[in-house]
Amino acid sequence: MMRLPPFRFHAPETLEEAAAILADKGSDAMILAGGTDLLPNMKRGQHTPKHLLTLRRISSLRDVRNGSGLSIGAGLTLTQLLSNQTIRKDYTALWQAAKVVATPQLRNMATLGGNICLDTRCNFYDQSKEWRKAINYCLKKDGDTCWVATSSKTCLAVSSTDTAPALVALGARIRLVSSAGERVIRLEDFYNNDGLDYLNRRADEILSEVILEPVSGWKSTYWKLRRRGSFDFPVLAVAVAVKFTDDGTVEDARIVLGAVASMPMLSTDAAEFLIGKKIDDEVIRETGRIAAKIARPVNNTDLDPPWRKKVIPEFIRYALREVRGDDISSLRQRVAHQSRS
Amino acid sequence: MNTHVIELIVNGDLREVAVRPNLTLLQLLRDHLRLTGTKHGCGTGDCGACTVLLDGRPVNSCLTLAVEARNRTITTIEGISTSGTTLHPVQQAFVEKGAVQCGYCTPGMIMSSVHLLRTNPDPTESEIRHAIGGNICRCTGYTKIIEAIETAARAKKGSGQ
Repeated sequence: MMRLPPFRFHAPETLEEAAAILADKGSDAMILAGGTDLLPNMKRGQHTPKHLLTLRRISSLRDVRNGSGLSIGAGLTLTQLLSNQTIRKDYTALWQAAKVVATPQLRNMATLGGNICLDTRCNFYDQSKEWRKAINYCLKKDGDTCWVATSSKTCLAVSSTDTAPALVALGARIRLVSSAGERVIRLEDFYNNDGLDYLNRRADEILSEVILEPVSGWKSTYWKLRRRGSFDFPVLAVAVAVKFTDDGTVEDARIVLGAVASMPMLSTDAAEFLIGKKIDDEVIRETGRIAAKIARPVNNTDLDPPWRKKVIPEFIRYALREVRGDDISSLRQRVAHQSRS
Repeated sequence: MNTHVIELIVNGDLREVAVRPNLTLLQLLRDHLRLTGTKHGCGTGDCGACTVLLDGRPVNSCLTLAVEARNRTITTIEGISTSGTTLHPVQQAFVEKGAVQCGYCTPGMIMSSVHLLRTNPDPTESEIRHAIGGNICRCTGYTKIIEAIETAARAKKGSGQ
């Protein structure tokens, strides 16, 4: 039986108190949100923090505020997020993404902030300590070789968050709070394409909220490829948000691919191609081809990489057909094991 | 020492326990409170054998720190029967429909089912499948389990509970 290693536990009541503890402990401390990713990783010896700081007592981190757009507290559980009708109606891609994270139990525990900060994953990393020791560890933890591509200088572990691609497509910004002050950045700037150093987060910073812009004219959707419909990390995520003018011309677009690199990948080429056009079948075909170019699936997750690469443009096309207004709910159910809402 | 004294309500009883931070709720229930109905399966949140209700919602107790259960309400498989002598309708239906083979997943499966029928008394088959999506059974193929949950829903409706 895998047990948790020992640590000291801190349960601050306010964000200020939490920031002060982090400022004091630095990289010896890790933040505990829902714990559904961190605690299994700690049991496998992937993380051994001296201090764990829970955010659960800080009720302000669960606030959802309507204003110009929407502000969502990072401590909201995914189940709480799913019960929010504004998110369901206006920020469809986020709602759909949250709906297909893990299982009912895990969604009751896991938070939005935790899913955004989810550790990158790899078949050579998400293993017991004994397993990893047998291969002399890997670049991400305790070793110096990336077993996915032994010549790689950087870690190729995969960004496996569902909500982040959706949020990047929706143009979300995040607030990071520390005792030195706070900053608001675009979510895509929070990530590096490096499986080891995948977050631009200082050790003393707390992700406190997600800020979404007003949605008038925008439509969004999220498609996820996985082996099982009940419970799996994505092996491909496609999040598409398109802003239409009244006559159906694309005014703005954001196409994001998840689980194909160490960060959610935003295809600016595909967006540039789409803008000013109407989404007909030929445009959909070509956009799928262009957007898929940013994906580099490697052999470190479930399903065969050449096949995964082959289906990427198809998934992008499904998403585009859906935002155009086609009813492809039966295809969604069959291919992605997912209902629209 | 690095120990926290916490109070929590387990199956209706107020308990005061001293816990180290790295003790999981599952370890607290099984090893300290001797409530061994809740099972340890994978330990990583994949199988659902350790499912309990925390403030009324199903969670994986193997991924919940005991210290985080402070001042909260826990219901385990031992606590779902109101009388203590008769089975809960979901338990009864599992027995009647033969929804138990090796039995290891059963307590977790039943906790997820109890929560489903509390929040959705008349679920469709699809809703049942989604509700037990976090509980893995390697024996039954799920057919009998789904039948049992449907039976329990009908029995609850019939009894007006």
